[in-house]
Amino acid sequence: MSVENPTTAPESALLAGQAAQSPSEYLQGYLKRVTSGDLGSLPIILGLIIIAIVFQSQNQNFLTARNFVNLIVQMAGITTIAYGVVFVLLIGEIDLSIGYVSAVAAVTMTLLLREPGGWPWYAALGLALITVAIIGIVQGLIITSFQLPSFVVTLAGLLAWNGVVLIMIGGAGTVIIQDNVIIGIANYFLPPLWGWIVAAVFVGGYILFRIRQVIARRSQGLPTTPMLIVTVQSIGLAILAGIAVYVCNLDRGVPFVGIILLVFLVFFSFLATKTPFGRYVYAVGGNKEAARRAGISVQKIQVIVFMISSTMAGMGGIILASRLRSVDTAAGGGNLLLNAIAAAVIGGTSLFGGSGRVSSAILGALIIMSVENGMGLLGLSSGVKFVITGLVLLLAVLVDAISRRSRSQSGLA
Amino acid sequence: MVSDKPLLELKGVSKRFGAVQALTKVDFFSYPGQVMALVGDNGAGKSTLIKGIAGIYPFDEGEVYYDGKQVHIHSPKDCAALGIEIVYQDLALADNLDVVANMFLGRERVLPLWRLDEASMEKDCVKTLDSLSVTTLRSVRQPVASLSGGQRQAIAVAKAVMWNSQLVILDEPTAALGVAQTRQVLDLVRRLADKGLAVVLISHNLHDIFEVADRITVLRLGQKVREFDTKQTNQQEVVHAITAGQLEQVPGMVKS
Repeated sequence: MSVENPTTAPESALLAGQAAQSPSEYLQGYLKRVTSGDLGSLPIILGLIIIAIVFQSQNQNFLTARNFVNLIVQMAGITTIAYGVVFVLLIGEIDLSIGYVSAVAAVTMTLLLREPGGWPWYAALGLALITVAIIGIVQGLIITSFQLPSFVVTLAGLLAWNGVVLIMIGGAGTVIIQDNVIIGIANYFLPPLWGWIVAAVFVGGYILFRIRQVIARRSQGLPTTPMLIVTVQSIGLAILAGIAVYVCNLDRGVPFVGIILLVFLVFFSFLATKTPFGRYVYAVGGNKEAARRAGISVQKIQVIVFMISSTMAGMGGIILASRLRSVDTAAGGGNLLLNAIAAAVIGGTSLFGGSGRVSSAILGALIIMSVENGMGLLGLSSGVKFVITGLVLLLAVLVDAISRRSRSQSGLA
Repeated sequence: MVSDKPLLELKGVSKRFGAVQALTKVDFFSYPGQVMALVGDNGAGKSTLIKGIAGIYPFDEGEVYYDGKQVHIHSPKDCAALGIEIVYQDLALADNLDVVANMFLGRERVLPLWRLDEASMEKDCVKTLDSLSVTTLRSVRQPVASLSGGQRQAIAVAKAVMWNSQLVILDEPTAALGVAQTRQVLDLVRRLADKGLAVVLISHNLHDIFEVADRITVLRLGQKVREFDTKQTNQQEVVHAITAGQLEQVPGMVKS
C-alpha cells in the first residue's frame, strides 16, 4: 500500500458530506440518533436517577457514602458473571450453567486453600479458573460439534454442576475461607490516596485513547470527532470518577473489587470492539453464514466464547465467596444465574445475538443491584422484591423493543 | 479494453448428482473487460456451473483454464486464491456490522497488540466505493441493516472487487430490487467490466442482460445450447434458445 500525504484529504464524494464535522453538527447527529430511537445508555441513566429519587425519598440511607460502597461490593459478583454472559448473548447463544459453574470455581478454590496443607492463594485461584475454563470449552465443544441447542446443553450443565458442588462440599455444609488475600478481593478498600491515583490513571488512559484515535483517523484523512467534544467527554468522565472516589473515601475507601470490575470492563470492551476476535463474535451473532463464508472459524469463536463465559462465571463465584468469606451448599443457586443474564439484557444486550456492549453488564447490574439494595433498606419481603425485579426486567426489555421499532422505522435498525 | 484471450475457460465440464446429470460437456468463456451473461430456465445448470467454478461442487470431468493455465478448483479457498469472487444472491453480509467491517470481514488489518486498524480500513473502503462510484451511502460507519437493497448489493460487489479479484461472478444481483436500484446495480456491473474485470452475470431478466452484457451463454437442461453476441441478436432469439434450443444429447438417452 502506498503511503499518502496525510495533509491531502482524498477527493471523495462519500467523505465530502461528513469531512467537516463541527461540534454543533456532532451534537445534531447525536440528537438525531436519539430521537430516531437509538437511545444508547440513556434509558439506564434515566432509570438510575428514578431509582435514586424513589428510594431516597423512602429511606434516607439510600444515597449515602456507606451504601454506595456497599452497592459496589454487592454488584461485583453478578457484574463479573454478566461480562461473560454478554459474549454468549452476542453470538446468539445462552449459557444456563454459569450459576453453578461459578460455585464449582469457588468451591474448588476453597477446598484447595483448606488447611492443613492448603495451596497458596494464587495456585488455588488459578487452578479453580482453569477448571471452569475447561468446563466452558467442553460445553462449547459439545454444543458446536453435535449442533445441539446451547439452552439444552447448558441446562444439563446447570443440573450436573449443582450436583458436583454438593458432592464436593459433602457433609461439611459450609467451608470457611481463611486466606487473607482471597478474602481481601471483596473486603479490601484502597487507602484514599490510592483511590485518587487509580482514578487518575483510568481517566488519563481514556484521554490518551481518545486522542490517539483522533490522530489515527486524521492521518488517514478521515472525519474525526471534534476536539471540543472529546474534551467535554473527558472532563465529564474525570468529574464522574472524581465524585465516585470522593464519595468512597468518605466511607471506607474505593473497594478493591471495584477496580477489578473496571479492569474487566476495559479489557473486555477492548476485546469486543478493537480486536478481530471481537469483530468475529459480532459477525457470528449477526450472520453465521456470512461469517463462515468470510473464512471465520465459527466453531472456534463459539467455543472460546463459552470458555470466556465459564471463566468469568468462575471469577464471579470467587468474588462472591470472598465477600461471604465462605462457600456453602447454596453457592451458585438462588437467582444468581437469572440476575446475571438479566443484568446483560437490562443493560441493552440483545438475546438474539449480534447486538450489545460489554458495558451493558455493569449498567444492568447497577440497576438490578440498586433496586435490590434499596428494597433491602426498605425491609420489603422477598416476595415483593422478586415481583419488582421482574417488572424492572420487563420494563427494560420493553424500552429496548420500542426503541428498536422506532429505529427500524427511521431506517437505522 | 477487451482482451482476446479468455481469463476463465471451461472445456467440456460435466457434473452428476446421483442419477441427475446436472451439466453435460459445457464450454464456457469469460473475457477481461466483458460482461458475460449466463442465462437459462430453472434447472438449466446455471447454479451448478457457478458452484463448480466456486469449488463448492467440483466438476466431475472437463478442464478449467485460468489465465491460460490449467487449474484445479477443489474448494472455495482455491477459487478465491485465483482471484475469482462470487457474489451470491443472499449477499452474506452481517446486518449488525457497519459497511467497513463487512467489507473487511475475515481479512481485517491488524496493528500491534492485536488491534484492528480501523482508520486504514475505513479509508480503503471509501476508496473502493468511490472507484465504483457508489455515492448514495450516508456513511461507511452505518450498519448494513440500514441500507437499501441496491446499496447492500453494491457493498457485496465492492467487497468482491476490493480484493483485487479479476473475475467477479454475480448471481441474480437485481432479482430483489426496484427500478432505480436495479439501475444502480447495472451501472455498477458495467463499470466493473470497464475497469477491466471479467464479469459473469446470472440473470433471468433479459432486459437487464441486453443492457449490460457483451455476450450471452444459454444453458438448457445442463447443456450449452448457444452463445450470442449481444449486439447481433435480439430477445426473441435468446428466449427461443432458452426454451427450445437445440440439444446435443437428449436427457435420458445414452449416446452410442
